[in-house]
Amino acid sequence: MRTQSARMGDSLYIYLTGELDECTVSRAREEADNAIDRSTGCSRAIFNLAGVRFMDSTGIGFLIGRYKKLQRYGMRMYLENPNPDADKILSLSGVYSLMPKL
Amino acid sequence: MNEMYLKFLSRSENEIFARNVVAAFALPLNPTLDELSDVKTAVSEAVTNCIVHGYRGSEGWILLKCKTEGDFLHIEISDDGRGIEDVEQALTPFYTTLPDEERSGMGFTIMQTFMTAFSVQSEAGKGTKVRMSKQFGAKATEDAR
Ligand SMILES: Nc1ncnc2c1ncn2[C@@H]1O[C@H](COP(=O)(O)OP(=O)(O)OP(=O)(O)O)[C@@H](O)[C@H]1O
Ligand SMILES: [Mg+2]
Repeated sequence: MRTQSARMGDSLYIYLTGELDECTVSRAREEADNAIDRSTGCSRAIFNLAGVRFMDSTGIGFLIGRYKKLQRYGMRMYLENPNPDADKILSLSGVYSLMPKL
Repeated sequence: MNEMYLKFLSRSENEIFARNVVAAFALPLNPTLDELSDVKTAVSEAVTNCIVHGYRGSEGWILLKCKTEGDFLHIEISDDGRGIEDVEQALTPFYTTLPDEERSGMGFTIMQTFMTAFSVQSEAGKGTKVRMSKQFGAKATEDAR
């Protein structure tokens, strides 16, 4: 699992790559949170999921956790490019109502 | 018909191993990629639950049994951990006993949605056993009708 981030204008982009599960989530959490903490001035964070080959409910918990953190910074959260498998559990769990898919 | 048993420690690095073993075992049934992905996700949910809820970070054994029967794959995943007091409540979407650890309470809902059949047997203090089955080609048969 790899987490990379980039800033473009007032947007923070977080790119996740690999398999997001209980084994990999703590590192992803730490790296994503570091990126968020360094993103002062950004109004939104976009999580790019194109590289996520596998994700289970642990990934849902991870995304909701980041959503709550971003809320404390007054930032909005969006999701981008989930593969069809990730899309299936994201839809099922209703997270798109909190963090719309771009 | 084919059968297999696997016993492994409740370490999170074994999750990827467990779901890939089941996927490899199911291959002779010619699953579609979607079906295989459903099975892997459901296995991952059950194994994660054994690790984070059943054993709560302490080490214990997880038992995984698989059986093929016609176009069905039957899976049993069990732990000897804390068990569940109220199974019906645990099955409720979004219900979790660990909200502070970023759990969403979706695991059982995902298993139920992704698999053809699903059941849980649990006793507080004794452990938990999840049984689930997937029928491969079920969607193709439906679409052909
Ligand atoms: N193997 C188990 N041993 C003990 N309790 C369990 C076990 N599996 C599930 N539970 C209980 O059932 C509840 C619901 O499980 P479920 O997988 O649906 O959600 P979760 O694990 O809490 O969250 P998520 O799966 O979304 O990360 C858990 O919070 C836990 O209390
Ligand atoms: Mg769970």
